[in-house]
Amino acid sequence: MALDGNTLAGPLSELFAVDVTAAVSRCAGCGQQDAVADLLVYGPDPGWVARCPGCDSVVLRIVRGPSAVWLDLHGSAALRIPL
Amino acid sequence: MTLSPGFRGRHRSQAAGLPPGQYLTTDFPVLSAGPTPRISRERWEFTIRTEHQVEHRWSWSQLQQLPVQTPTVDLHCVTKWSKLATSWRGVSLDDLFAGVDTAAEFAMVHSFGGYTTNLPVADLLDGKAWIVHTYEGADLHPEHGGPARLLVPHLYLWKSAKWVRGIELMVQNRPGFWEGVGYHDYGDPWREQRYQGD
Repeated sequence: MALDGNTLAGPLSELFAVDVTAAVSRCAGCGQQDAVADLLVYGPDPGWVARCPGCDSVVLRIVRGPSAVWLDLHGSAALRIPL
Repeated sequence: MTLSPGFRGRHRSQAAGLPPGQYLTTDFPVLSAGPTPRISRERWEFTIRTEHQVEHRWSWSQLQQLPVQTPTVDLHCVTKWSKLATSWRGVSLDDLFAGVDTAAEFAMVHSFGGYTTNLPVADLLDGKAWIVHTYEGADLHPEHGGPARLLVPHLYLWKSAKWVRGIELMVQNRPGFWEGVGYHDYGDPWREQRYQGD
């Protein structure tokens, strides 16, 4: 059962000074553009996985270890962050 | 003197005969990284592809013709739960690899739905790994990887890929889905290899 992208507000706020859930991501798989808040999110364990609502491709992953956070954005062709 | 919670947790779990840092559970938690694939047995197939691009392929009915094994094993999830004495029914990877000519040292396991995980070929052989389709006497539920999943119980459970559809044999190692974002390349629970650098 997927959660929505607003779930990522907490884990992303640890990494970014801006609210990334308001950003628009472009899926590297199908090109669909969605607000991060509208991505389909699975997690938190073993890590957060956000998928494109259009094609289910992985857009973003966050794994929080004891001494580091891994952020994978290779499924996001671009991220438009409003200023 | 200050004792870290990690130290005390380790002491408790080791006393219970579990790998370090693990706690015992009797239910069977479901962790998801995506939607649950619904694969019919008619659509299901399993492939081993060698480093020379030779493909060995089994349909569901061909899998059923291989010798049946019934492993009872302990499961250890990297999220710290362990479940003991789980009973499975399936096929040994030794039987699937019997006709496969390979010198590759590494394997990438592929699942329906796109999940991947990597491990050494040696960890799939010699009675250490199975393709299982029955759990506690019943068909394996899709939430737990049915119709069939890999079972490699001596490594953390993320290596036991749900909805398994094939193994790619590799001369050079490369990371799978979780190994590429911080999780350990090998994942031995007894050495507590959860994250890169452990």
